[in-house]
Amino acid sequence: MIRFEGVHKWFDKLHVLNNINLHVRSGEVVVVCGPSGSGKSTLIRTINDLEPINEGKLLVDGKDLSDKKTDINKMRAEIGFVFQQFNLYPHLTVLRNITLATMKIRNLSRKDAEEQAMTLLKRVGLPEKRDAYPSQLSGGQQQRVAIARGLAMKPKIMLFDEPTSALDPEMIGEVLQVMKDLALSGMTMIVVSHEMGFAREVSHRIIFMDFGTILEEAPPEEFFKNPQHDRAKQFLKQILSPMH
Amino acid sequence: MLSYKFDWAIVTSGKYFDWIVSGFYVTIKLSAVSIALSFMLGLIIAIMRMSHFRPVRWFAHGYLEFFRNTPLLVQIFFWYFGSYKVLPAVANDWLVKQDFEFAAAVIALTIYTSAFIAEDIRSGVRSIPKEQMEAARSSGFSYLRSMQFIILPQAVRLTIPPLINQFLNLMKNSSLAMTIGVAELMYQARQVESYTFKGFEAFSAATLVYVAISFTITGLMTLYDKKVLQPLKGR
Ligand SMILES: Nc1ncnc2c1ncn2[C@@H]1O[C@H](COP(=O)(O)OP(=O)(O)OP(=O)(O)O)[C@@H](O)[C@H]1O
Ligand SMILES: [Mg+2]
Repeated sequence: MIRFEGVHKWFDKLHVLNNINLHVRSGEVVVVCGPSGSGKSTLIRTINDLEPINEGKLLVDGKDLSDKKTDINKMRAEIGFVFQQFNLYPHLTVLRNITLATMKIRNLSRKDAEEQAMTLLKRVGLPEKRDAYPSQLSGGQQQRVAIARGLAMKPKIMLFDEPTSALDPEMIGEVLQVMKDLALSGMTMIVVSHEMGFAREVSHRIIFMDFGTILEEAPPEEFFKNPQHDRAKQFLKQILSPMH
Repeated sequence: MLSYKFDWAIVTSGKYFDWIVSGFYVTIKLSAVSIALSFMLGLIIAIMRMSHFRPVRWFAHGYLEFFRNTPLLVQIFFWYFGSYKVLPAVANDWLVKQDFEFAAAVIALTIYTSAFIAEDIRSGVRSIPKEQMEAARSSGFSYLRSMQFIILPQAVRLTIPPLINQFLNLMKNSSLAMTIGVAELMYQARQVESYTFKGFEAFSAATLVYVAISFTITGLMTLYDKKVLQPLKGR
């Protein structure tokens, strides 16, 4: 589904992605973790070309992203992206946030789009918020709407960039629950997150990044029980310590 | 000492009152048409000014600098006295059959004001967090469609206060149209004065009408701000 082959990326002199090789299969759930600045966000942002790569090859659903013939807008419509800061459209109601792209890009009628949006709002547990504006919702609710907005396009892939790290602790659970349900439904997902409980429960693979490289790549049991690199051990100790 | 006799009846009823009223209508029409057009043109120029395509951006930049830095009166005279000399005959024939004074005033006011509006809209767009564009693009909207559905609607709402200013300026500037014979409020007040020598009354009446229009525009925009804009703030 997603294939990185020797991918490099620089921000000026800063080598943010250094020879990334990674293959994510359809239906797989991959969690990406690593210290701040290690390139996690950049990695998943390359997948929908929010950050173009400088070297190597990146294939998404069989299409080469650096190929001029690839219709990038069409590609992006197939990939849901959930941001740390939610990024809902503040001038639109919850319902319009979800139906905007389905009506304008998928050309659904208003009636169909709204029906579908309501189904999704029920799925994320917020049907009564259809006419609210984002500013009237809590962070956890906004993030669930953002997930519904992504799902409305019936994407083949869902990408999450630290979806719970801007949330108050008591709201993290509700968002993770929605993501767990989604993972169990067979969605292909790449999740940048330090929620190790989530990783342990539903992910197929954990990727540990440091300084722009993939340092470690293993199923969760293995990663937690027996990390190979010192950096990963250190990172795990930090993140799993109760003082954290 | 004060030998001047006030005669307010002149401007509150009768023939001269009708003149003032007809001037009021023309001022409203001239302002409304120019406001609508200058807003649309301002939007287009603002979008061009932010284009990724350099020649388009430069053209918009030149347009802005040129029209913001030339006196409006010069522009009005240019369109009225100058433009028909360079227009093709067909266009001329058509124009002469129209209300040419009115058209020239609309064109000048529209172009002049659009330059200011474009800059206001552009700074509105700048204040929208870049994540909004990212969210839109990541859903599959092209750059222009992201602007259309997500960025500009938010930017325009933020731009309301400076836009009120531009619209008020336009309305006040529309009085310059009297110089090319558009029978708007100032023109009529001047007429009343020259027929009656009651300049104080005539121009007081005109002043009151301008103030009333200004208050109405400000009131409407403020209402809009309260009803539409405020609920969106505090994201
Ligand atoms: N647009 C940019 N221009 C220049 N440098 C950037 C840009 N975006 C990110 N960087 C730098 O690239 C490096 C990797 O950034 P990235 O956001 O991918 O890290 P991250 O692993 O997601 O970190 P965090 O956990 O803090 O989110 C950082 O050093 C960051 O400062
Ligand atoms: Mg990040």
